[in-house]
Amino acid sequence: MITLSLVPFVSGLCIGFLSIQYFVYSDTSTAKPALFSLGNSSGVHNDKRVPRHRHSDEDRSVAASLSQNVRLLCWIMTGPKNLESRTKHIRATWGKRCNKVLYMSSVETEFPTVGLNVTEGRDQLYWKTIRAFQYIYQHHHNDYDWVLKADDDTFVVIENLRHTLSKQDPEKPVYFGRRFHPFVQQGYMSGGAGYVLSKEAVRRFIKGFDTGKCSHFSTIEDMALGKCMETMGVEPGDSRDVKGRQTFHPYPPDMYLVKEPPRKRPWYLLYDHFKPREGPECCSDHIVSFHYIYPVEMYTLVYFTYHLRPYGYKYRAQNVVQITSYHFTTSTL
Amino acid sequence: MLSEGSSFMKGMALGGIFCLLLSLLGSFTPGMQSSPEDQHQHHHHHIKAPTNDELQSLSEPQMVELSQKVRVYCVIMVQPKVLVYWATAKDTWGKHCDQAVFYSSESAKALEAVDLNEQDEWAKLHKALTHAYDNSGDLRWFFVARPTTFAIIENLKYLVLAKDPNEPFYIGHTVKSGELEYVEYESGIVLSYEALRRLVNVFKDAEKCPERGRSLWKLSEEKQLAICLKYTGVFAENGEDTQGKGLFNSKSVGSLIEDGMSKNSLDVVEGCCSDLAITFSGMSPNQMQVMMFGVYRLRPYGHNFHDSLIFLPPEGSDND
Repeated sequence: MITLSLVPFVSGLCIGFLSIQYFVYSDTSTAKPALFSLGNSSGVHNDKRVPRHRHSDEDRSVAASLSQNVRLLCWIMTGPKNLESRTKHIRATWGKRCNKVLYMSSVETEFPTVGLNVTEGRDQLYWKTIRAFQYIYQHHHNDYDWVLKADDDTFVVIENLRHTLSKQDPEKPVYFGRRFHPFVQQGYMSGGAGYVLSKEAVRRFIKGFDTGKCSHFSTIEDMALGKCMETMGVEPGDSRDVKGRQTFHPYPPDMYLVKEPPRKRPWYLLYDHFKPREGPECCSDHIVSFHYIYPVEMYTLVYFTYHLRPYGYKYRAQNVVQITSYHFTTSTL
Repeated sequence: MLSEGSSFMKGMALGGIFCLLLSLLGSFTPGMQSSPEDQHQHHHHHIKAPTNDELQSLSEPQMVELSQKVRVYCVIMVQPKVLVYWATAKDTWGKHCDQAVFYSSESAKALEAVDLNEQDEWAKLHKALTHAYDNSGDLRWFFVARPTTFAIIENLKYLVLAKDPNEPFYIGHTVKSGELEYVEYESGIVLSYEALRRLVNVFKDAEKCPERGRSLWKLSEEKQLAICLKYTGVFAENGEDTQGKGLFNSKSVGSLIEDGMSKNSLDVVEGCCSDLAITFSGMSPNQMQVMMFGVYRLRPYGHNFHDSLIFLPPEGSDND
């Protein structure tokens, strides 16, 4: 009863098969943008139909909320000579992660840089620092909980800095960084590694200069600021993580991470207040800074921090921030 | 006329239904759509990893099971002359292989290796791959590299996750040389079990695949490998991500960044390299130790990923 003419039947069979196959297999990867997608079966060209979603499967909600709760103002110590060669790369990378970023120079420019009442030169660095804090206190008084100072060759992971500070009280007189022990009784924080002052610490620094308790007694910026901090009762905080690993680093990563046989402290670790470690235990997973980082290494570190990752890897160290409570002696100033 | 038309319609309906049935049956192994050999008429073969869509439908126990499905045997070709690279590979990325075996041109007291007792590059590779095949146990994926390469094995596993190792795969950064497309050695070579099986088989045919490079036409070992594989119907495929960025790099991150900077790229990092890159090369041993930190530890607090696989840190390791 069912009569079939062979040729039309077979051709119908083929066409039916192929058209369904086309519809089933053609669109596999545009549904949800992913880092990888199944190559379409033609396999000839890259799947450019998928729009370039950066990290579509990344959840930044925790970092975003930290950003709202820990307002960080960053100022970068720089000068006209370095804008093109260094500072511009900070502007292109971590600078914009601060709640507010200011590039401090001797000259105001469209970079944009703030022009402070100073001249350029190594011996002007403390003047620059004093003027920078005064500028910030005058113009941005209510814009921050913390103020970070960094150099134009410092690499900073802002999210990790916020994480470190999230457990601290900005109304307390405290500052954080890589603690050095010489010259100042309570030590001071390395300038190159960057240091961060609480709102109250900034207030006291300004007051110190207003009252004459602090002065430009030295050109060594980090040590001199450390002295003023001590004078004004600002405590040096401990920025290490719960495993005792450092977060601020005055030198590049290879000078800490490379495994060495046990040896006498090398010259670059001599100033450290806390006993430094060499090899993988040196550094926290959530590092805050490295120093002497020039553009190529800067971008490389950005790639390592924010982009390259081992898929599915369960990191060994979780929840590493210290929760320390400080007991401040009351001091009237 | 009418009967012909209706035959045609019946044929179409039947063909369509048949196709749907097939696709339903094959739904969880998307890789079987078309085997790579069919595409050898095209210029390039591209290999990409599974979509999150396919993976997200899995429960956690399924994810764990899936993560353990891909196991990699690393064939690391070393030389005592450059001991420090050997030691570095062993102490860094080598730890993330399910099995890392070092194959040396000659024995070295300091480190353990399979002594190939061989100086010729192709002969070394030939012997090492044969040994790997014979000793693979239940490992089904092979990654071949020199210790000057740094590999992120987790990303390699992700790339081949949905691929059946009983199908032939030969993956890496592909280069075309005349008619031959081969995988570049310096950025690492990935072989599935089937590809290796076919290779070991064709080794027996000295005409097609000589053990030693013929003195007149000495080809580089990477090309020789491609030729031997080609005889068995296995063709090189380029490993890349959705944006077409290569996952296998013969340069270091720094070098690629420099390239981007000299081209005045707008976003140097974005344009540089894939987030799920598998290999980089050309770094010093110290840089590889820093890279270990950069890959397995350094990260910004508060950025989380909801990956569909779970890889745990290796036991007894202190730098990841």
